[in-house]
Amino acid sequence: MEQFAAVKRSKDGQPVRYLIVDDSVFARKNLGRIIEGFGGQVAGEAGDGLTAISEYERIKPDIVLMDITMPQMEGIEAAEKIVQKNPDARVVMVSSVGYQENIVAALQRGARHFVQKPVKPEVLYEVIKYVLGEDGTVASAAGAGA
Amino acid sequence: MKMELIQPFINAADAVLSQGLKSPMSIDNLSMEAEAYRRQGVAAVIQLTGDIEGRVVFDLAPKTAAIVASHFAGTEVPESDDLVREAVCELANQVIGNAVATLNDQGFHFRVHPPELHTSEHGPRSTEDTEALVLCFETASGSVFMNIALRYNASLEAKSTAAGH
Repeated sequence: MEQFAAVKRSKDGQPVRYLIVDDSVFARKNLGRIIEGFGGQVAGEAGDGLTAISEYERIKPDIVLMDITMPQMEGIEAAEKIVQKNPDARVVMVSSVGYQENIVAALQRGARHFVQKPVKPEVLYEVIKYVLGEDGTVASAAGAGA
Repeated sequence: MKMELIQPFINAADAVLSQGLKSPMSIDNLSMEAEAYRRQGVAAVIQLTGDIEGRVVFDLAPKTAAIVASHFAGTEVPESDDLVREAVCELANQVIGNAVATLNDQGFHFRVHPPELHTSEHGPRSTEDTEALVLCFETASGSVFMNIALRYNASLEAKSTAAGH
């Protein structure tokens, strides 16, 4: 896999902590592998929107990567509920259902960005840096996964 | 089933499989199926409801499914691993999600339901208005079958006819 310079938290230089929400175990594992390649840490996982809300409150991650089509509660509704309670929450929608209507709905309801599946690591990397803004810093040495 | 409905699925399968397997794919065979759907190996089904309704099945021989899962996971996944079935569901999800995105941008509205493993040997028989199109994609990892049975929502079609469209 392509090497990426590690993205750390500016405030303490620690790895960025992620909550990965997807009903597919396979997709969660893949996303976990990608973000570890960015020097990030999987702080938690959830398989549906309802669990995502409780997991968010429990672990307070730096970034949530949220699928849309899920059982029980879909990702856009879960994102909205998380952001209503935590206005600083950074939720990035990661879904194959990337049509205009869905993207606009997600952004209007609090998501910060949208990444289309299949996820291209280089695209997600840029989105992560953008969403973190000044709260993230890119380590100068390459080889984040090392 | 009109080609305008099918083409986005072909394009999406091409994009997702080519990217995931890092090699080109081609359509090896295309046929209409009147008989009941017969599962080949590891299969995932996704239901669509809305302006267009029906289902799409993704089906791979077990060995092919394991190779594809390994490509997508970036590590070897044995045939017996649950991740193989998960991978086929996710593959279906990505292809159908991408196709639906295209159709939605063309004005069709529908809901994509989460993928489910298709475990029975046979699926429901096709009917005249939900005739199934079977596409066989040839990839470097083996054949990938996509069985599409979609139709325009009957109530919407009736409204459209009544309105003189």
